[in-house]
Amino acid sequence: MKKSVFLGALTVAGLAAGAAAAGTMDDVKARGTLNCGVTTGLVGFAAPDSNGEWNGFDVAVCRAVAAAVLGDASAVEFVPTTGKTRFTALASGEIDMLARNTTWTFSRDVDLKFEFVGVNYYDGQGFMIPKELGVSSAKELDGATVCIQTGTTTELNLADFFRSNNISYEPVPIETNAEAQQQYLAGACDVYTTDASGLAATRATFENPGDHVLLPEIISKEPLGPLVRHGDNEWGDVVRWTLNALISAEELGVTSTNIDEMAAGTDNPEINRLLGTEGTLGEMLGLDAEWAMRAIKTNGNYGEIFAKNIGEDTPIGLARGLNAQWTDGGLLYSPPFR
Amino acid sequence: MTTITDPPKEQFRLSMLLNDTRYRSLTFQFIALLLLIAAFAYLGSNLITNLRAAGLNISYGFLGEPAGYDINQRPIEYTSQSTHLRASIVGIINTLIVAFLACVTATIFGVIAGVLRLSKNWIVRKLMAIYVEAFRNVPVLIWILIIFFIMTAALPSARVYLGEDPERDLFLGLFAFTNRGIVMPLPVFQPLGWAVLGVFIASVFGVIAYRRYATKLLYDTGKLLPMGWPSLAILILPTIIAFYLLGQPITLDRPDPLANRFNLQGGVTILGSLIALWFALAIYTGAFIAENVRAGIQAISKGQTEAAASLGMRPGRIMNLVILPQALRVIIPPLISNYLNITKNSSLAIAVGYMDVTGTLGGITLNQTGRAIETVLLLMLFYLLISLGISAVMNVYNKSIRLKER
Ligand SMILES: N[C@@H](CCC(=O)N[C@@H](CS)C(=O)NCC(=O)O)C(=O)O
Repeated sequence: MKKSVFLGALTVAGLAAGAAAAGTMDDVKARGTLNCGVTTGLVGFAAPDSNGEWNGFDVAVCRAVAAAVLGDASAVEFVPTTGKTRFTALASGEIDMLARNTTWTFSRDVDLKFEFVGVNYYDGQGFMIPKELGVSSAKELDGATVCIQTGTTTELNLADFFRSNNISYEPVPIETNAEAQQQYLAGACDVYTTDASGLAATRATFENPGDHVLLPEIISKEPLGPLVRHGDNEWGDVVRWTLNALISAEELGVTSTNIDEMAAGTDNPEINRLLGTEGTLGEMLGLDAEWAMRAIKTNGNYGEIFAKNIGEDTPIGLARGLNAQWTDGGLLYSPPFR
Repeated sequence: MTTITDPPKEQFRLSMLLNDTRYRSLTFQFIALLLLIAAFAYLGSNLITNLRAAGLNISYGFLGEPAGYDINQRPIEYTSQSTHLRASIVGIINTLIVAFLACVTATIFGVIAGVLRLSKNWIVRKLMAIYVEAFRNVPVLIWILIIFFIMTAALPSARVYLGEDPERDLFLGLFAFTNRGIVMPLPVFQPLGWAVLGVFIASVFGVIAYRRYATKLLYDTGKLLPMGWPSLAILILPTIIAFYLLGQPITLDRPDPLANRFNLQGGVTILGSLIALWFALAIYTGAFIAENVRAGIQAISKGQTEAAASLGMRPGRIMNLVILPQALRVIIPPLISNYLNITKNSSLAIAVGYMDVTGTLGGITLNQTGRAIETVLLLMLFYLLISLGISAVMNVYNKSIRLKER
């Protein structure tokens, strides 16, 4: 496997001279499908349903981009990636964008040369543990065996947390969420740690979710967002503003149900610019006027996507919290469409 | 390449390079070599140009940075503050540990199964055939996963051994079998304990010396000294006496069920991932070795067995003293490649989370630093060196048992 990564890297760097650097949008249009990197399966965020259709909070971003660029929300090739393979997949050009619970960090942005286009979920790292162990704080975890997904920020935070609290632990490195779940339920590790949203999503699939508790400590900041390669700003802009369109639509009250009505023209100029009845924003992006309208129509605005996939009425049951609009005391704040 | 510079005795003309059949093939090989070098140079320079264009440069500076992650099997001192280099060394040692264990075990399995495959007993013969075919024909990764998942599912969680009144008691008060691994007591040496160990090592040499003496006596005078019980006595008696005389200076660090609410503390834990990997590699490669052993034995002409039998040797002795020593000459060369396979296949460790060098340097370090080309080059270098090392050692051994023509 390592050899293939290496040969992959070699071929990409050695032969496909500059192919990966620019023109992603043209590639996507020529291909007619968007290659979008997602998880190997995390219910609520990205998982295939019983018909093999991918669904979820991250998947919705991929679909919105496909709708904006290609006019077809189903023209997406979903590429499952693990914590370890995701960056190679993006850097090598195997995928056009990555939407996989990926934390925006300095080194990923600057050193690994990726461009995070925004944040679609403000998260933090938490711990899940069986209730019967009677643990009420992460500081009581001295000596515990902890399951972690390798290739994540999680494993670095974990090492820091235990070291700074002067307690010890045994890590069990694991490739995918599904394996981690299996090991955790078999008792091969005492604790499972990852992003709190991921823990909630994992717990929701358990037979008895009530037997497991999330500890109160959130030990890190995990701003999760979609990302693209450095160096192709046009493509980065398309993905960034598609995400912003979903967020702005919620702020402006544009939903999948009233969007057709609003597209006829409203007296709010920002809505008009967003939906393309006023101004030339679409053209500036290299798209048509209705790009954002299609993106929003696909799965609704940010709030609708949240509520449908991971919100309080779903088994995952996440509250909006930090992910509420800034007008509701949250952190979601899209720059203006102007 | 070098042969071309050998000066020919007769007058050498340039046209002979093409016309003379003695040189023609060399000429073509030389041209092919040049083309190959040119192709690699082209790829290499392209790689460097493109890496530079992408703003990436080849640099090994990251090896000196703190790794930031923890490793669950640490044969040497390591914390998350240690460098990536140290993490790689930990990984290398872990690779060597599992490769060594698997090589030894695979050889034992292989020799036993190979010999038994030629047994006169129908059931034994068939059982061994089933073993060989079943294990040789299923990919080793599948075996690793099967063994790992069976262990996780079949063995209890560590918690059943914990507390004042545990669900399960330690086996013999010393061992715990959990789905995280096997916990065993660890001998602790006080200063005098090393003296006991010294006595033991001396006894081992003593046994060897005794057996040499007995053999010599047998050859010189025909007198047969007993071998079995004196060897055993020399091996253990002095050690036991020294142990008690010096006041029992070696103690056991036993697994402690009370110290922690999550895990047994103390003793040493053999991780489940190591066991799965070790065992899977051993039974898988053992099946190949069994076939080599069988081939080796069958290569020895039947006359050897018959000759030995007519001298009145018992079948066991015929196998050990006549057949196997000769068969080794056939067995060793393919055995080398089996050992190389074990070492390389051990890089499947990551499937069960065993932190070998592919898991540390080629896994987490690669991922956290993004230095794919650098780390993979290092990995290739490491596996190359290890494989060449194993080949060298085994070739020396092969030479030592080769048919000596006098
Ligand atoms: N946010 C962290 C962790 C991301 C991560 O691995 N999340 C897990 C659980 S929240 C996941 O998505 N797993 C799905 C899979 O295994 O494919 C990072 O970017 O490094």
